Amino acid sequence: MRRWIVVRPPGLPVSFRLGARVPAVLLALTLVTLAGMVLNVGYGEYPISPPDVVRTVLGIEAGDGNYGFIVNTLRLPRVLVAFAVGVALAVAGAILQGITRNPLAAPEIVGVNAGAGLAAVTLIVALPAVSVAYLPFAAFGGALVVATLVYLISWKGGGASPIRLILVGIGFAAMATALTTIMITFGEIYAVQQALVWLSGSVYARGWAELFALLPWLALFLPLAFAGARQLNALNLGDDVARSLGGRVELQRLSLIVVCVALAGAAVATAGAIGFVGLMAPHIARRLVGPSHEGLIPVAAMTGGMLVVLADLVGRAAFSPIEIPCGLITSAIGAPYFLYLLYRSRNL
Amino acid sequence: MATLKTEDLSLSYDGERVIRELSLEIPPGRITAIVGPNGCGKSTLLKGMARLLKPKGGSVYLDGEAIAKMPTKEVAKRLGILSQGPVAPEGLTVRELVAQGRYPHQSWFQQWSREDERISARALKITGMTAFADRPLDTLSGGQRQRAWIAMALAQDTEILLLDEPTTFLDMAHQLEVLHLLERLNAEEDRTILMVVHDLNHAARYAHHIVAIAAGRVFTSGSPAAVVTPDVLREVFNVEADIVPDPRTGAPLCIPHGLSSAAPQKVG
Repeated sequence: MRRWIVVRPPGLPVSFRLGARVPAVLLALTLVTLAGMVLNVGYGEYPISPPDVVRTVLGIEAGDGNYGFIVNTLRLPRVLVAFAVGVALAVAGAILQGITRNPLAAPEIVGVNAGAGLAAVTLIVALPAVSVAYLPFAAFGGALVVATLVYLISWKGGGASPIRLILVGIGFAAMATALTTIMITFGEIYAVQQALVWLSGSVYARGWAELFALLPWLALFLPLAFAGARQLNALNLGDDVARSLGGRVELQRLSLIVVCVALAGAAVATAGAIGFVGLMAPHIARRLVGPSHEGLIPVAAMTGGMLVVLADLVGRAAFSPIEIPCGLITSAIGAPYFLYLLYRSRNL
Repeated sequence: MATLKTEDLSLSYDGERVIRELSLEIPPGRITAIVGPNGCGKSTLLKGMARLLKPKGGSVYLDGEAIAKMPTKEVAKRLGILSQGPVAPEGLTVRELVAQGRYPHQSWFQQWSREDERISARALKITGMTAFADRPLDTLSGGQRQRAWIAMALAQDTEILLLDEPTTFLDMAHQLEVLHLLERLNAEEDRTILMVVHDLNHAARYAHHIVAIAAGRVFTSGSPAAVVTPDVLREVFNVEADIVPDPRTGAPLCIPHGLSSAAPQKVG
C-alpha cells in the first residue's frame, strides 16, 4: 500500500503531495548517512571516537588539541565531498532513468563519464605542463562536449528519442574510452598512474576548496531537478502519453538532460568517475518509495550520498593502510548489481 | 459542446504519406468509430487529430481553432487520447497513474488540489478501479490495466476522448467491459468519443457514427446502417459478407463468408 501525504496550506492556492513513506525513509537514510560520516571521520591512522568526532565538529573542546585540525581540516571536508558527489550522481541517474524510461540508464550513458575521463586523461598525460588545478574544468568541459554531441546526433525528425540517446551514448562512451586507453598505453608512466587513480574515482585529499567549488552546482541544479519531478512522471509514461497530457516533450527532455549533465559533470570533475552510483541509487530509491519522482528524487539523492560515504569508509578500512579509491568499491558492488538488474529485467 | 474536425489533413508516418487531404467532422456528444483495413491509416489519423503527429498539410480544428497553434496544455484540457498499448513504469500504482491525468490542470504551486483529488477519485469509481487503486499496474489483468489507463484519460477531464483500439489484446468479456464503459461515459457524461475499432460488429453495436477509411481517405461515413453494407465491406475490406440485423439491438451485424474477387486495394 502506498498512500500520499497531501499538503494544502489553508487559504493559499498551493498544494503538494508526497508518498506517505517518503519522510520516514528519508529520515532513516539520513541517520545511516550521518552515522557513516561520523565513523568515516573518526577512522584513520589517528582514530577518534564517534562522540569526540561529533563534539569536535560542533566546536566543543574535545580531549586532544589535534582533533580540530584532523577533523575539521582533513577528514570532514573529504566526507562532505563524498556525500555531495553521491547526491549529484544519484539525482543525475534518476533523471536519466526517467527520461530514457530505461532502468539500466546512468549518467555514463550520455557520455558524461567517458567525456570527462578523456579530457582529464588528456590533460594529465598529453599536456603535463598544464597545472592539475585545471583538471576539474577540463573534466567538466569534456563531459559537456560529449553529452552535447550525443544529444545532437540522437536528434532525428524533430526529437531525440530515448532509444537513440542510449545507443548513440554507448557508441560515444566506447570511442572516448578507446581514446583514453590509447593515451594511457602510450603515456609517461608517472602521469599514467595519476590518471588511473583519477579515472577510478576517489575523494582522496579533497578539501574545503573542492567542496565549495561543487556546492554552487548543487545549489542551482538540485532545485531544478526537484522542480522537474512532475515532468519526469509524465515522460515516464512514454512520449505519446506525455504529449497528450500537454507536456512539451522535447523541451522538457532537453532541459532535464542539461540538469543531469551539469550535476554528473560537476561530480565527475570533483572526484573522477565514481561508477554505478547513478545506476544503483535511483534503483534502491524506487524500491523504497516507488516510481513517483516527487519522492524518488530526494530519496535517491540521500541514497547516493550514503553510498559514496560508506564506499569511502570501506575503501579506507578494508585493506588499511592501503587505501582503495571509493570508485572501485562502488564499482565492485555496482557491477554485480547491474548484472542482477539485467537478469531481472529479462524476466519481466 | 467541444467540436473536432479536420480540413484537408495530410499525415505522414516514417516518411510515407498515409493520410491524404482528409476532411472529417466528428459529431459532438456521440460515439464515432473509425474502421478500415490494416495499414489504411486509421491510427495515424487519430494521432494526427490529437496533435501527436505534425500534419504535412491541412489542419485539425478544436472548437474552431487550429490545434497546432494552440498551447498544448490548453488542448490537453479539452482533448484526451489513449494510444495503443501504453506502458507504465514498473511498480506504478493505479492511483499514481490516474493522478497523472491531472497534469494539464496542475502547476508548480498547485500540484494536488482538492479538485484533482475529487476528479481522480471519480475516474477510479466510474471505471470500477477504486478497489485496485493501490495495486501496481504490473500485477493487474489486461482488462483491469486498460480500465486504469482509461481512468487516467478520464481524470484529464476532457470533453473529447480519443481511443486507439481500446479493446485489442483483451478477451471477449474484457472487450465488452471496456465498450460498455465507453457507452456509459457517452450517455451519462456527454463525452464525445472517437475510437479506432478493429471489430466492425463492435463499431456497429456501440457507435452512433462510423467512418470507413481506405487508403488514407474517407471512403464513406454515416450511421452504422448506412456504412455497414455488403458494398462497403467489399470495397474497403475486400470481403464478401452477409449483413443481418442484430436480433437484440437491430444494429447491422456482419457475417463475412469469403474474400472478394476484386483486386486487393493498393495501400499508401
